[in-house]
Amino acid sequence: MLKTRISKIELDNPTILASGILGVTKDSLKRVIQNGAGAVTTKSISKEPRKGHKSPIILTEGDFMLNAVGISNPGVGEASKEFSALKELKAPVFGSIVGTTPEEFVEVLQGFSKNDFSAIEVPLSCPHTPGYGTMAGQGTPEATHKITSAIRDATKLPLIIKLSPNTQDLSKVAKAAEEAGADAICAVNSLGPGMKINIDVKKPVLGFGVGGLTGPALRPIAVRCVFDIYKSVDIPIIGTGGVTYGRDAIEMLMAGASAVGVGTAVYYREVNVFKKICDEMESWMKENNYTKIEQLIGAVHD
Amino acid sequence: MTELPTIIKIKRIVDEAEDVKTFFFDYKIDFEPGQFFILWIPGLDEKPFAISHQNKEEIGMTIHKVGEFTKKLFLMKKGDKIGIRGPYGKGFSIKKSKSCVVGGGVGVAELSILINKLKDPVIINGARSKNNLVFLDRFKAHITTDDGSLGEKGFTTDVFSKLLETEKFDVVYTCGPEIMMKKIFEICEKHNIELQVSMERYMSCGFGVCGKCMCNDQIVCKDGPVFDSKKLRKMSEFGESARLRTGKKATLKEYYGK
Ligand SMILES: Cc1cc2nc3c(=O)[nH]c(=O)nc-3n(C[C@H](O)[C@H](O)[C@H](O)COP(=O)(O)O)c2cc1C
Repeated sequence: MLKTRISKIELDNPTILASGILGVTKDSLKRVIQNGAGAVTTKSISKEPRKGHKSPIILTEGDFMLNAVGISNPGVGEASKEFSALKELKAPVFGSIVGTTPEEFVEVLQGFSKNDFSAIEVPLSCPHTPGYGTMAGQGTPEATHKITSAIRDATKLPLIIKLSPNTQDLSKVAKAAEEAGADAICAVNSLGPGMKINIDVKKPVLGFGVGGLTGPALRPIAVRCVFDIYKSVDIPIIGTGGVTYGRDAIEMLMAGASAVGVGTAVYYREVNVFKKICDEMESWMKENNYTKIEQLIGAVHD
Repeated sequence: MTELPTIIKIKRIVDEAEDVKTFFFDYKIDFEPGQFFILWIPGLDEKPFAISHQNKEEIGMTIHKVGEFTKKLFLMKKGDKIGIRGPYGKGFSIKKSKSCVVGGGVGVAELSILINKLKDPVIINGARSKNNLVFLDRFKAHITTDDGSLGEKGFTTDVFSKLLETEKFDVVYTCGPEIMMKKIFEICEKHNIELQVSMERYMSCGFGVCGKCMCNDQIVCKDGPVFDSKKLRKMSEFGESARLRTGKKATLKEYYGK
């Protein structure tokens, strides 16, 4: 009932672990798959090791999370050892790669040439790490086209380009990715950055000062982004941002997503949130006489 | 749900041993022994710690100076502000049976709230040397030092093995260097005794999101930091390796030398 596909990748269900939540180790991906995820994404990996920003790297308040992890990761050399023999895992694994230049993205990709990822995800949208994502202007239509083309030339794997919710003109960015050969869009990365100040010590709480906003508060923006992108491109969309309950996932599908990214909800509802969301989707679909995910995808546009 | 530091003031500071002090704060909070808290020095960094003292309106944390963070903390004075969040993770499960508590280094401090809730536990308190031992007056314990400067010369594991020749325990609790805890685990396995260990990893967020504290498929800050024998049997990385801040897998030696 919940089967869906992203490009040529078949998923048992539409929940995908979003990049950066757990996902640092192969065992953590395994754990998430055992808890029902239809696919999983690794933490974003750069060419060299990165320690990331100083702590606090994550805070939450009510319905949002702010993070400035700073893309901490062991670098592609270690990561390619870590993420070996991925076919042992019972769901597709997407490798997330970051770089500071188009060439560097390609170098990271090549560092993973022996890893059997089912797809490569490329965030051009991290909002809190100098040299990367929106802080480096990677999210413009021009930069998106350039980076996507470079990676497209270097791999046959399905290519997912991950966008920032920060721009009004997301359709143009999505279109640029599609024209450059992307197979799918992931929308969205974290919003902002935002800032939380502790008034008792008159200091921002996050070690980096600012961080990307995720979780339920991001959902309406993510849904609107997916809605806009669906109208402008033909490639499938992974709707990411605040998906916490089965109803949220269905809303995302109706806006135009073919699958949903789930990140911050691991905090709100524990690591078995994937199974919970799937169960909730199934019972809603049964009650409302839906038998297939395809019937939901883009349903608001009908 | 909210994870933000609450600002508290240092009320007093007590010297415990070489490079070990207890910081007291006026702060009322419920937690299970074995759960941990994260302290924030505003603008500097955060680190996880255990509570070692709890009176009605007051908590104390016994802290060993080991790095940048604790160095800065040791320069702080009465009245200075610090942030705290938690409790995090799962604590010890307290059994109404004959127990032994093994603490290495400042491990006894992390176990002290547990000790207060146990009925007549046998305690082993060990450290490198006399100057590194904590709570000699607080708990009646079998004392051991690596250099023999106080108590029996040797390791907590030696004392524990010897005790087992004459005593029977239903459950053992331990906190200290991982190499020591691994040895205690091996001894307990041989004697068929249930063990609960308090594990230390690079716990950054504290609530199971950032993924830096994985030990095999266990999220140490969330599934732990206390693990029992049943779980430990499946954790091949226990006593062997840990993740550095980058996520790189490292030997424990490399990890502690970080
Ligand atoms: C702690 C944390 C770390 C993240 N790290 C990454 C990352 O390394 N790469 C990336 O593409 N997105 C990263 N993200 C963004 C998520 O993948 C996702 O796009 C975003 O959190 C919105 O989804 P959510 O509301 O379900 O969490 C991170 C998010 C969080 C909360």
